[in-house]
Amino acid sequence: MALDQSFVGRSYPPTDPYEVGREKIREFAEAVGDANPAYTDRETAKALGHPDVIAPPTFVFAITFKAAGEVFRDPQLGLDYSRVVHGDQKFAYTRPVRAGDRLTVTSTIESIKSLAGNDILDVRGEVHDEAGEHVVTAWTKLVARAAEPAAEGA
Amino acid sequence: MTAKISYDDVEVGTELPAQTFPVTRATLVQYAGASGDFNPIHWNEKFAVEVGLPDVIAHGMLTMAEAIRVVTDWVGDPGAVVEYGVRFTKPVVVPNDDKGATIEVGAKVAAKLDDRRVRVDLLAKSADQKVLGMSRAVVQLA
Repeated sequence: MALDQSFVGRSYPPTDPYEVGREKIREFAEAVGDANPAYTDRETAKALGHPDVIAPPTFVFAITFKAAGEVFRDPQLGLDYSRVVHGDQKFAYTRPVRAGDRLTVTSTIESIKSLAGNDILDVRGEVHDEAGEHVVTAWTKLVARAAEPAAEGA
Repeated sequence: MTAKISYDDVEVGTELPAQTFPVTRATLVQYAGASGDFNPIHWNEKFAVEVGLPDVIAHGMLTMAEAIRVVTDWVGDPGAVVEYGVRFTKPVVVPNDDKGATIEVGAKVAAKLDDRRVRVDLLAKSADQKVLGMSRAVVQLA
């Protein structure tokens, strides 16, 4: 079932602030096996010109994807979330995310397409800090695969 | 923002040091916890097979996080990454053994841009399959 085109351009209210913790950044860096001291050592981060430890480039996805979840799960949109795969992901940074940031995300549906029975949804998340300054924009493309005829083997 | 690579020292075609990243089931569990993505296709083989996958697969965002390390390790300051985008073309299949899978990432400077920035194109493969397409980063150099 094709998604409702009238949702294109719709923006959702900004999320409550997410406070970026130093230990959460450390946990993420360890999970991806990245020992860059800019993620864990404040003096290293400062020497690079940052006011505090910074987060790895893809860290912010956890925040923007959670925000976008409100869009994907909007019952009025009607996306079959159980068939969703991640198609594309892009980030454009004004500055890196850092410990102590309080970030809000405003999600907007940029496009809805139907291709060979697949529903393709593009959502843009604008991330701002507590001062209202832009930090990063995240573009997420989700593909809800067509419910193909059952091909289960045995 | 202090990149350790100078714009003047790179040319189109300059290769960044390639890296290989191991991914085991333990890696996936750890990443799920750190990222908050608990989709069972990343840890539950029965569920993964039921939805048509060959086995448990790695989070696309984990592959994306590993791939950019080739750039951040090269440039020194991860904050020098100005843009980063990928297309998830094939899943990284992670068998339930102590070897798991590996992600091999290479990258080269594809274009020199204004304001001492360069575009780096990344190539990520696992089991001889290209797992990221259109994988590009824009990096601010010194």
